[in-house]
Formats: sequence, C-alpha cells, structure tokens
Amino acid sequence: MSEATTYNDKVIRQFAVMTVVWGLIGMLVGVLIAAQLIWPGMTLDISWLSYGRLRPLHTNAVIFAFGGSALFATSYYCVQRTCHARLFSDKLASFTFWGWQAVIVGAVITLPMGFTMGKEYAELIWPLAILVALVWVAYAVVFFGTIVKRKVKHIYVANWFFGAFILTVAVLHIVNNLAVPTSLTHSYPIYAGTVDAMVQWWYGHNAVGFFLTAGFLGMMYYFVPKQAGRPIYSYRLSIVHFWSLIAIYMWAGPHHLQYTALPDWVQTLGMIFSIMLLAPSWGGMINGVMTLSGAWHKLRTDPILRFMIVALSFYGIATFEGPMMSIRTVNALSHYTDWTIGHVHAGALGWVAMISIGAIYSLWPRLLGLDKMYSTRLIEWHFWVSTIGTVLYIVAMWIAGVMQGLMWRTFNEDGTLTYTFAEVLQATYPYYGLRLFGGIVFTSGMFMMLYNLYKTWQMAPEKQREVPVPAPAHA
Amino acid sequence: MSAFWHWFVVIITLGFIAAMVWLFIATGRARVPSQTDEEGKETTGHVWDEDLTELNNPMPRWWLWLFYGTVIWSLIYLALYPGLGNFAGITGWTSEGQYIEEMEQATAEFDARFGELVDQPLEELARNAEALRLGRNIFAHNCSTCHGSDARGSRGYPNLTNNHWSWGGQPEQVLTSIYEGREGIMPGFADALNDQEVTRTAVFVQQLAGMQVDQTMAAAGRRHYDMLCAACHGPDGEGNPDLGSPDLTAGVFSYGSSIDAIRHTIRHGRHGVMPAQRDLLGEARSRLVAAYVLSLNETNSHADE
Repeated sequence: MSEATTYNDKVIRQFAVMTVVWGLIGMLVGVLIAAQLIWPGMTLDISWLSYGRLRPLHTNAVIFAFGGSALFATSYYCVQRTCHARLFSDKLASFTFWGWQAVIVGAVITLPMGFTMGKEYAELIWPLAILVALVWVAYAVVFFGTIVKRKVKHIYVANWFFGAFILTVAVLHIVNNLAVPTSLTHSYPIYAGTVDAMVQWWYGHNAVGFFLTAGFLGMMYYFVPKQAGRPIYSYRLSIVHFWSLIAIYMWAGPHHLQYTALPDWVQTLGMIFSIMLLAPSWGGMINGVMTLSGAWHKLRTDPILRFMIVALSFYGIATFEGPMMSIRTVNALSHYTDWTIGHVHAGALGWVAMISIGAIYSLWPRLLGLDKMYSTRLIEWHFWVSTIGTVLYIVAMWIAGVMQGLMWRTFNEDGTLTYTFAEVLQATYPYYGLRLFGGIVFTSGMFMMLYNLYKTWQMAPEKQREVPVPAPAHA
Repeated sequence: MSAFWHWFVVIITLGFIAAMVWLFIATGRARVPSQTDEEGKETTGHVWDEDLTELNNPMPRWWLWLFYGTVIWSLIYLALYPGLGNFAGITGWTSEGQYIEEMEQATAEFDARFGELVDQPLEELARNAEALRLGRNIFAHNCSTCHGSDARGSRGYPNLTNNHWSWGGQPEQVLTSIYEGREGIMPGFADALNDQEVTRTAVFVQQLAGMQVDQTMAAAGRRHYDMLCAACHGPDGEGNPDLGSPDLTAGVFSYGSSIDAIRHTIRHGRHGVMPAQRDLLGEARSRLVAAYVLSLNETNSHADE
C-alpha cells in the first residue's frame, strides 16, 4: 500500500499517549502545590521543589504539555479525516512530536532550576522559546499543507478553529517573546513597563482565547458530532461565532490590568469587548449542545459523550463568568483573589481537560482498529471523578475568592483594614483543603485513563495498522 | 494622545463594532445553498469523513439578541466612561479620580471622628486606650511586614519593644523616623582590615556589649576600633542617634551578635532602609502608630529607671 493512500496515525498515537502522561504529571504537580499552600514547609525548603518554581511547571505542563499534545493529536486526526488526505509531511509531523516533547522536557528541567523569563504562561527561557517557534512553524506547515492537499471542496468547521489557533498562537508567542538574550538562560524583553504588561496580557488572554478556546472548539466540532452520530446543529451559527470569537478576543487582554497604570481608556476597551465576547463564546456551546438533539438518549449509555456535554457546560459557565469578572466593579472585588483560580479551573478542568479526555477516549480505539475502549465502566468512573473533582475545586475557590475579596475591603471606623493579610489567609485554609481534595479526586481519574489506554492497546490486533484514505463522499 | 491617535482609536473601535454587527445581520440574511436530508431537515449538503454533516438551522433568536444587547450596553458604557481615545465620557470618571475621591472621603470621616484625639501630645496618646487600639491596627497593616506583628523585629529589622533606639527614642524622634523614613549606612572595611584584624575588631565589639571574650584579642581590636569605628559609634561605643549608628554597649545587634555576623558586618558593611510613611499614612495615622510604638517601650523604660 503506497504512502499516499493511508493516514498518518503514528504521530497521533504518540501524541495521544503523551497527552495522558503529561496530563497526569501536570496534575500531580498541581496537587503538590495545592498541598504546599496548606503546608508550606512540606518540601523541606528544597529550592527546586518550592512553590514559586513548581507553579509555572504546573501551568506549562497542563496547558502546553497536556493541552498541547491533545490539540496536536486531535487536529492531526481531524484534518486528515475531514480533508481525506494524509498529513502533508511525515517527517515534519514527526519533528513536531519530538520537538514538542523536547520543549516540555526542557521546561521540566529549567523551571524547577529557577530559569524563567518571568512572564506568566510564557516562562520558558529564550532557547526553549525558539524551539517552540520552530515546532509551531512546522505544525503550521503540516496542518495547512494538509488543508491544501484536501480532496473535498469545503473546509470543515473544526479546521477553521484549528487553523485560527495555530496561526494566532504563532503570532502571540513570537511577539510576546521578543527579547534580548544576555546569557544562555537569561534575557530582557524588548518592552518595558506598562507596554510590557499590555503585551504580556494581550498574549496571556489570547493564549486563553486561541490555545484553550479556539483549539478545543476545533476538537469539539469534530468529536461531538462524530461521537453523537448527529449533524452539526447550525452552519450559520458556526460561521458567525467563529469570526466574532476570533476577532473580538484580540481586544480583551486589558481586562487583566484593571485599576493599574494602564490608561483608563484601554482598560475600558478591554472590558467592553470582553462583554461582547459572551455571545460569540456561547455560540460554540449552543452548536455543540444542540448537535445532540435527537441523540440525548445516548448520554445514558455513552460516558464519552457525557464527558463532552459536561465539558460544553463548563465552557458555558466559564465564558459567562469571564465577561462578568471583566466588569470594572466586579473585577475590583475578584482580582487577585482565588476566584480567578476557580474561574481558570472551571475552564481548565471542566472544559479543556474534559473535552480532551472525551476526544482521546473517542479516537484511541479507532487508532488501534477497535470498536471501543477496554473498559467503558472505567470511563464511567473517570467521568464521575472528573465531574465531582471539578465541582469541588471550583466551588472551594469561588467561596474562598469572594470571601477574600470581601475581607480585603472591610474597613474599621478609623479607616484601617479590619483584617490583615495573614488573617485572610488563615480563613482560606479550609477552602485550600477542599481544593486539594477536589484536585486529588480529579487526578485519580487520570490513573484510570492511563490504565484503560494501556489495556486497550494490549487488546489491539493491529498496533501499527495503516488506515486507507476513503474516497470523499460525493457532495 | 494626539488628534491622530485619538481618531485612530475612535474609528477602529466603532468601525470594528459596526463590522461585528454587520457580520451577525448579514450572515443571518445570507442564503446558503441547501439540501434536504433523509430526516427532512435542511442541510448544507457538505459531507466529510463519511458521516459528518451540517444542518442549516437559523441562529437562535435569543442568542442574536444577547449579542445585540451586549453591543448596546458597550456603546452606552463608551458614552459614559473614558474609552474612545481622548473622549473622557459623560461621567468624567477616572480611576485616579475615584481613588482621590475615596481617600478624601475617608480622611474627612476620620478627621471628624478622631481629629481631636490625634492632636493630643504623643506622650498622652501613648497612654490613651483608643489611640493605642487604632495605632496597633495601623502597625499590623503597615509595619508588621518588617518589624513583625509583635514589633520585635527580625534579622536586619529593629526590635521596637526593647527601648533601644538607633535614631533616638524621644517621641518627636520616633515620629520623624516614621514620617521621613531612615537610611542607615555602615561602610564595609574589607579593604582596610585583613581577616585577622576584622576578627580582633569583632571581638572588641563583643567586649563592648559586655560579652565574655579573649582579652588579648579585644585589646588588639580596640586599636582598629579607635581608628575606624569610633568616628560614628563614639569612643566608648555608645553610638550616635544623629547618624543612626547603634549603641554597641547595649548588647542589641540587629544583624546578629555572633562572631561571624559581626565579622560580616565589619567586612561588608550594612545598609538598612526604612521607607518614609508620611505620604502613605498621612500625619494623623503616623502619630497614632508612633504613639503605639512608644507605648510598647513604656514598661521597659520604667524598669530601666
């Protein structure tokens, strides 16, 4: 069988396995730092296990290692299947896998050693940042090259989202990482002061918008209709919410800098466009949920579909909460509190992780020539621990955050603050405990997933099989 | 912002919002070529990966109105608040203005309630229970970060309860420390003294503080002390509040009294900074916290007398 007539599923299998491995590691680091907030001395003052170094490791591992690997796996799967074409280049695809793993291993080494650019979600030192850029360019060539090779006229909606995600993340990453190196491990950004902060949060919020939203919406647009066996609810809705989502997200970054040195007018623009993001964000949720109409009964028997529908629900919650938190007066209460952490994890655990988990469960057996995973019951368990873990986590952080915001702004009659910072911290301990518990519950599911993946792989008759590209349906 | 950039912002912002509204309206109206599937539903007729298809349902009306609602809300907000370039908004609100207004209001309330109290002399304030309650609160929020919540300091940050004052313990001197801050600089003598000389000087400093030391070493150290240290710390080591040079006979060492700590101090010098508080706290609260700090030393000073 010639190369041109089969799909490149090898790179997808590789990324799929690493999704689960990095997810487990990233979440375990998260559990560790959640515990450190309760018992600060638990890592015996070993510098490379300190909170300040492990926190960026946690965020990099879950966003870029876990989320990134899931996006590589699902986008390569989706773009081949919906273009009826093999990936543009096997060598470049292989480079994206090994290059991306090298970046993550680099992060695992350098971040605990304390090497950082000091920019949130862009901590990696410049040599690693350059490797990220190279991998990303290769990713874009593979993805868009495959689109160009497609055998069907129309480009499937999931690919619009994957494409926007790939292009924009390239721009964001390069612009925010522009820096002058002073040594192999250190550099200064070319921006200074408020401009640096604005560039950082233009990057930071669009990383949320394009990496964690557009990319995963692409995943949703392929795997939800596939798993439900139903057509996408509305083509028009997908057009409108795609263009409005990617266009409006670009403006929203300044809401991270309310009541700072950023000029008031920029803060206002960031805020109003965050409000205008509500409907475009919900467009994806509506299209996903309504795609299930006519297939609601499948939720009873299919925990994979349940993962996806609960992910869409958390996506809806988080994208409602976000615009609300960007409103100046709400932000004055919520900013710098654990409410922000709760909001992020509604998105990260509820949306990003659960849609990825659902997608990997959906594609793993297909990659191995099987009908289904080794144990549906174990997926069922995984679904429940994920959902319960997420709810415990975000509820704990909501309560803690609002409490902190209110305590910080309580004044005595003499104008002094009623509570010192340490008193507020003390009041937060029970919620830190609940958050830790929620995190452990969620993470326990990743062990089940890894086991289930392994057992499924053992069952597979053709582990290195070649799937022929089917002829496109006549349309 | 220049007129060019003002209009740049205004045109791009409003033009972008208009384009988004147009996107929603135009797509809603556009005709999409469609077919009818086997369930009788209208589809786009596209098929991918064998069974992926799309329905041609209209966008939900409530969703469209949700979007238009947020647009209307945003336009009203832009009219009321700064956002469109130089346009200040009808309300004239600024974040700095909000801060100034809230601070002025708080100051006015404070003065009305506590103005008379605060005007009392510091010695009296230090014995007034209400003033001390307020002062303790201010201390907890502003001073405890360095001096500790019990005011007993930590390494490099002076203990404020032992009635030992580098910059003078009179009420007005303590208040000046709070108002203006203090910067204590001791130069390092690594270039002037070799290791042995540093050690001897350190031993002599320990002797000044009344510690049991090797007399020969101390006597040798005294020569270096007289030459290099006495200018600031005085011939007998009693210090000089005008320079902030500590009394070395008191046995109070902010940076540690071990031979190693003192050697480090002599070799590399020390540089302690307390930031000025007058602009942060205002005079009334500075006086209250000064009274609180003075009160912490009352019992000690009586014991000393």
